[in-house]
Amino acid sequence: MVLVNEEGIRIDGRRIDEKRPIKIEAGVLDNADGSCYLEIGKNKVLCAVYGPRECRPRHLQNPTKAIIQCKYNMEAYSVTDRKRPGTDRRSVEIPKPIAEALENVVQTELYPRASIDVYIEILQANAGTRCAGLTAAAVAIADAGIPMRDLVPAIACGKADGNVLLDLNKEEDNYGQADVPLAIVPSTDEIVLLQMDGNMTREELDHGLDMAFQAAHEVYEVQRDALKRRYSDISKKEGESDE
Amino acid sequence: MSNYVVSQIKRDHLMNLLAEGRRADGRQLDEVRKIQVETGIIESAEGSARVKLGKTTVMAGVKIIPGTPYGDAPGDGVITTGAELIPLAHASFEPGPPSEDAIELARVVDRGIRESGMIDVKKLCIKEGEEIWMVFIDIYALDYDGNLFDACNLAAVCALRSAIVPWKQYGKGEEDLPMPVTCLPISVTECKIGNDLIVDPNFDEEAISTARLTVTTDDVGNFRAMQKGGKGSITRSDLSLCLDRAVEIGKQIRKIIG
Repeated sequence: MVLVNEEGIRIDGRRIDEKRPIKIEAGVLDNADGSCYLEIGKNKVLCAVYGPRECRPRHLQNPTKAIIQCKYNMEAYSVTDRKRPGTDRRSVEIPKPIAEALENVVQTELYPRASIDVYIEILQANAGTRCAGLTAAAVAIADAGIPMRDLVPAIACGKADGNVLLDLNKEEDNYGQADVPLAIVPSTDEIVLLQMDGNMTREELDHGLDMAFQAAHEVYEVQRDALKRRYSDISKKEGESDE
Repeated sequence: MSNYVVSQIKRDHLMNLLAEGRRADGRQLDEVRKIQVETGIIESAEGSARVKLGKTTVMAGVKIIPGTPYGDAPGDGVITTGAELIPLAHASFEPGPPSEDAIELARVVDRGIRESGMIDVKKLCIKEGEEIWMVFIDIYALDYDGNLFDACNLAAVCALRSAIVPWKQYGKGEEDLPMPVTCLPISVTECKIGNDLIVDPNFDEEAISTARLTVTTDDVGNFRAMQKGGKGSITRSDLSLCLDRAVEIGKQIRKIIG
């Protein structure tokens, strides 16, 4: 399978340094305290935030700050072969770095003993769901009105057909040579999530990370825009009901 | 592993030492503890290794049995890695199904082995589309003094390298064959404490650290797997230092295990 052609164009028509089209909407669920719907390429992700609320189970409470409990669930129809519902090792591992990345920016010290519960549902998966989930979760927490130092945008770089690529799709992830999910704090450029599998030289990795840093800042603008739209819409609606 | 309380006086002591570029056990910031590897200690396993990394001890065993291949890889053997943090190893470990920490640990070790192509899975095919060898690597922490990632990676790699595929025993071939190994993935884990990055953290260092990064390299110094952990962040220059050290220390460890 040719993943990148001679002109440097990928199977979905993108250039090697181009991320997939991304769409973010904040405040899409009624019951949740904060929520977000995100699409990047063919990924469709829904995220809900409940809390800060009483931490259960109680033995997990921290007397000095809130804890973030994250669940990541792939819906049964989200992938080509039906995914058997329930937890597997992947759905236990993935939320851990996501919650850790979020704890870096959420001002958990304001809510001792509480829990901030983040639920990430993957409606449709096409590689890069942990980045999509984290990007959505950051918006949903902001939508819940929980104080944060900054948002967290996430995006992957990787390698396929010997080319260093930004934001791998499913084919590039399956048949490519490396995948490197990255999440940063845009105001400081700190790295809060970093994983890698595959095979890359130091030069390739540095080049990929350069692209991913740049792209993460672009994702950040989309996150901010979603939140701005959400709250300008609310103020409009409130204005209407006053009339 | 991450929620153990360290007394303020100990924390201050370690921080004060680090401010002078020192560590409580006298190591350099980029110095790995003494590594001891014993293989072939479990006769009922097809491969086994006990690894001591300073005072951290882990045991890995490899079981190999015939099984059916996955539909998308009809000619490839299957490798599965599991890790358990049993209460025998530390007061903070509890009985029960594998915790989030244990699963992350197993998956990071698995990633290094899988992504480096350490095992030539094509050579673990008995009959394409019908029967392949399934390789189960199970790792148990026995005595925990920090840095289970590197200890478990080493134990898994050494156990695999010493394993014998039981072709004859199961009547699948003329003789038992050694595990088809192509390279050795070696992980190097560092912790961030204050602004310092220290290699191979022990328990106390791990407990006061804010972030962790594991980097796995192959024989030629390419990067095969990474995993950041912890609630703190690292900078791009921290990452650069970790990558340099992972290559350098990876070489040292390869020399030690031969």
